[in-house]
Amino acid sequence: MIHTDILIIGGGPSGLCAAIAAAKSGAEVMLVERSQYFGGQLVKQTHMFFGSEKQYAATRGFDIGKKLVEEVKNSDNIKIFHSTTALGIYEDGVVTLEQKFESEEIYLKVQAKSLIVTTGALEKSLPFPNNDLPGIYGAGAVQTLMNEYLVKPGKRVLMVGAGNIGLIISYQLLQAGVEVAGIIDASPRIGGYLVHASKIRRSGVPIFTGYTIVKAEGTDHLEKATIAKVDQHWKPIPGTEKEMNVDVMCISVGLTPSSAFFWQGGCEMEYVRELGGYVPKRNRYLRTTVGNIYVAGDSAGIEEASSAMVEGSIAGLAASHDLGFVYEGYNREIEELLQELEGLRGGEKGIHIRRGYNKVGF
Amino acid sequence: MPNHDVILCRCEDVTVRDIHDAIDEGYYTLEEIKRVTRVGMGPCQGRTCLMLILRELSVLTDQPIESLLPDTYRPPTKSVSFDLFGGHPKQGGGAHGF
Repeated sequence: MIHTDILIIGGGPSGLCAAIAAAKSGAEVMLVERSQYFGGQLVKQTHMFFGSEKQYAATRGFDIGKKLVEEVKNSDNIKIFHSTTALGIYEDGVVTLEQKFESEEIYLKVQAKSLIVTTGALEKSLPFPNNDLPGIYGAGAVQTLMNEYLVKPGKRVLMVGAGNIGLIISYQLLQAGVEVAGIIDASPRIGGYLVHASKIRRSGVPIFTGYTIVKAEGTDHLEKATIAKVDQHWKPIPGTEKEMNVDVMCISVGLTPSSAFFWQGGCEMEYVRELGGYVPKRNRYLRTTVGNIYVAGDSAGIEEASSAMVEGSIAGLAASHDLGFVYEGYNREIEELLQELEGLRGGEKGIHIRRGYNKVGF
Repeated sequence: MPNHDVILCRCEDVTVRDIHDAIDEGYYTLEEIKRVTRVGMGPCQGRTCLMLILRELSVLTDQPIESLLPDTYRPPTKSVSFDLFGGHPKQGGGAHGF
């Protein structure tokens, strides 16, 4: 049995920030990550971030990841475990892990005083005929193939979904020399930022808004996709079909929080549309209804990397503070972080997300 | 969703029709539907299909999705070999932290 003050599950942006923040007070932190690399989705983000300097504006996503990993490695209080997957939380609070080391798999048990769950999100999928043909991927999976494993997914792609993920990955496909036949989105407007959409349009890729995927065809892999215009009830309008010869389709229709550990840990859960699915109730310091389980990042509700990092820092500071560890800058720092988070969720763009968070506070 | 042959759970090849049939037979919760169709019991453990099934269930049984519960999450969250649990000599001792 391994004993630690705080166990953090998930080494993405929020997990890394949580580790750094929790260790400031001298708490002993253990950070586990399923992948061989830390950084989560940041590892694949080749584009520059927006926002203020504090939020790493004008820095590429993977460089932000590297900086955070560097900081984590420099802390004597943080032990990191890569290639290590959390398998479950048991009634006595013990968390079990599987660590892959060289060719071995090792079973580990951890008893932590507190737990911060930063397990991120899963890609949503779509029901349409032949949606199980090889060549049909989640957009994030294609990004992993390209940017992490340097494998092209195919020759000609249809992107389903014009949110930021769909737009950014379309651009990265073009950069990798893959043809993008078009981007479709059922809603009448492009969901992602205009900067990303403009780059795509300047490259000559059409964006069809108000279109949905009707069916996929192919013998042993995807060869053709049919799209059609939708009416105000999101139903395809007969006679508006277009056929596209593509061997890859990327589904980018949103994410849902990865919630398994909150259910296992006994946290009170809520289905919140605005946050993408099931999420744990939490107070403003991100403590769930189970006193020693905290949440941060996309597993708390689908947002983006900047707010995930701020949330991670809040959860990390709060978790160590609640265990009685003293960090002199606590009060000032946590208030600043809470304000920063409010700023990120401010304005008209944040209405949706604020409505979601209002449903899960306690 | 007019086409009943559309696959919702690709690990276990469960179609829209399979879900309709289960509901017609009186299975109203995801936990019950899972037991009769094996939906969400494949290698992905529902990671891809859960939201699709919930939406289908919500429409067909006329309940808001907010009122539905997912199936029970039990450890282990991913497939692991029995060898891992089986009183293996390597168990526990050799954590490789950095």
